[in-house]
Amino acid sequence: MRQTYANVTHKMKRKSVCAVETAAQMIFTVCAFFAVIAVASITLYMIASGVPALWKVGVREILFSTVWRPTAEEPSFGILYIILTSIVGTASAILLGVPIALLTAVFLAEVAPRRLAAVVKPAVELLAGIPSVIYGLLGIMILNPLMYKWEQAIFRGSETHQFTGGANLLSAVIVLAIMILPTVINISESSLRALPPQLKASSLALGASHVQTIFRVLIPAAKPGIVTAIVLGVGRAIGEAMAISLVSGSSVNLPLPFSSVRFLTTAIVSEMGYASGTHRQVLFTIGLVLFAFIMIVNVLLSAVLKKGESGHE
Amino acid sequence: MNRKWKDGLLLGLIYLAAAFSVLLLAGILGYVFARGISAISLSFLTTVTSALKGTTGIAGNIVNTLYMIALTLLIATPVGIGSAIWLNEYAGKSRWVRLIEFTTETLAGIPSIIYGLFGMVFFGTVLHFGYSILTGAFTLTLMILPLITRNTQEALRAVPDAYRTGAIGMGAARWYMIRTILLPSAMPGIVTGVILAVGRIVGESAALLFTAGSGYLLPKPGTGFLHKILESGGTLAIQLYLSMSKAQYDVAFGIAVVLLGIVLLINLTTRLLTGRTDAASRG
Repeated sequence: MRQTYANVTHKMKRKSVCAVETAAQMIFTVCAFFAVIAVASITLYMIASGVPALWKVGVREILFSTVWRPTAEEPSFGILYIILTSIVGTASAILLGVPIALLTAVFLAEVAPRRLAAVVKPAVELLAGIPSVIYGLLGIMILNPLMYKWEQAIFRGSETHQFTGGANLLSAVIVLAIMILPTVINISESSLRALPPQLKASSLALGASHVQTIFRVLIPAAKPGIVTAIVLGVGRAIGEAMAISLVSGSSVNLPLPFSSVRFLTTAIVSEMGYASGTHRQVLFTIGLVLFAFIMIVNVLLSAVLKKGESGHE
Repeated sequence: MNRKWKDGLLLGLIYLAAAFSVLLLAGILGYVFARGISAISLSFLTTVTSALKGTTGIAGNIVNTLYMIALTLLIATPVGIGSAIWLNEYAGKSRWVRLIEFTTETLAGIPSIIYGLFGMVFFGTVLHFGYSILTGAFTLTLMILPLITRNTQEALRAVPDAYRTGAIGMGAARWYMIRTILLPSAMPGIVTGVILAVGRIVGESAALLFTAGSGYLLPKPGTGFLHKILESGGTLAIQLYLSMSKAQYDVAFGIAVVLLGIVLLINLTTRLLTGRTDAASRG
């Protein structure tokens, strides 16, 4: 009698344990698919809100026209200069930032005495944590006045140049170059550290100096990792909005260093607040263009990673 | 001789680049604190900006930031940890793993302004939450999810397999093992992820500008505390942006000091946490 009672409770307990186990597994599965659902709905909504303007205004009028006059009597919604600004700005930021970042990564992985690395490494981590609005604030307070001085010196007496007060493409490029440093440094450093030690040893044994080894052997060997770092840097730079929205000026122009420009991101930030009707829809089209760029970057990234993996095998 | 010169030059460049990062950080911290520390006062931190009372303060924005952190973490932490548990402990070699990991990567790469647009349309307009702290928190949830998932995954991976086989061998069911053995061992890594997420929430602005809005008032006593999540609320970073676009640089630098203080604190905490786990795994 007593034994059967114990048996029954044991079975009941087993059953409830089973139920909890199944429930747990189901909940975790749902959690895991959350990311898939999120990406799917973001893609869907970006397309659904970006495409109507393309129909209404016309693909050619939006993507290949250079006149951006969204609030004029006869409005014009050409975003070609905005797209070009994002491309030129990002490329210049990469050209400026990546060499500094790569050399810093080399310093951390190869050159630095432990004590110096213990200063530089945390500094880089902190740079990554600084909010983008603060970079923007410093850009306004420090870079823009400096750029204005240069502008006045370079364009003195020019009648065609529109003075910008220093809020120009060059300021934005410098801010972006600084903001991508931590990303590129960290990933390049870890790819340099992941190299097999024999590589360095053989190069040194063949009589190459340490510096020659770094530039002729280690950096080429770490190329997949460095390319990954650069692609991530591109993603960061092209998507940055708040840091450059006040630094880069407020009118749409061909991306020249001392011109006031609008990026894809800054156009959205500064106009979404008051835009309505077609203007607002076109801003969503700008968002869709930005989203397309980011998706290209993502696909590139996973291609690079895959290639890196197969290369190691 | 030629080679020596070239080596020396390149080495010099390497040192220069490294010095640049350090000087840059020192310059930023020095400049912000020098300009902003004078703006910090008790009334700046504890009052709300009001033309009537003649006060300038960020108390409302501090409260909004706290609301935003709490709400976002409340949603994102369980989902992120759950997702990591499934990927690491249940999925095995399921072909879904690659899709989920790819989408998590993708989420991490989407710029915050895109999150802002999506949040404004989906949570704000389609779900009718309007400009509110809740809309902002939902939006930020999507943004910080990858951070929490990846940190939890790494922490779970670092737990030795012997713990798993040991527990299963003694007859523990899987969730029981995860709850009592794996999660406690992975806790420092998970907490690190959550703290990093707090850092992102505090510093975020582009995703919040069109979702959480720019309200700066304190919640009304009583039910106002609950109602606040449906009202517009600008965080510190948003107020910093608004202040600088109105050229109120003293307020902007004051907020910048507060934000940098939080960033430093977060950096220090994660450093302590990861330092401890490093020491633990070595010992």
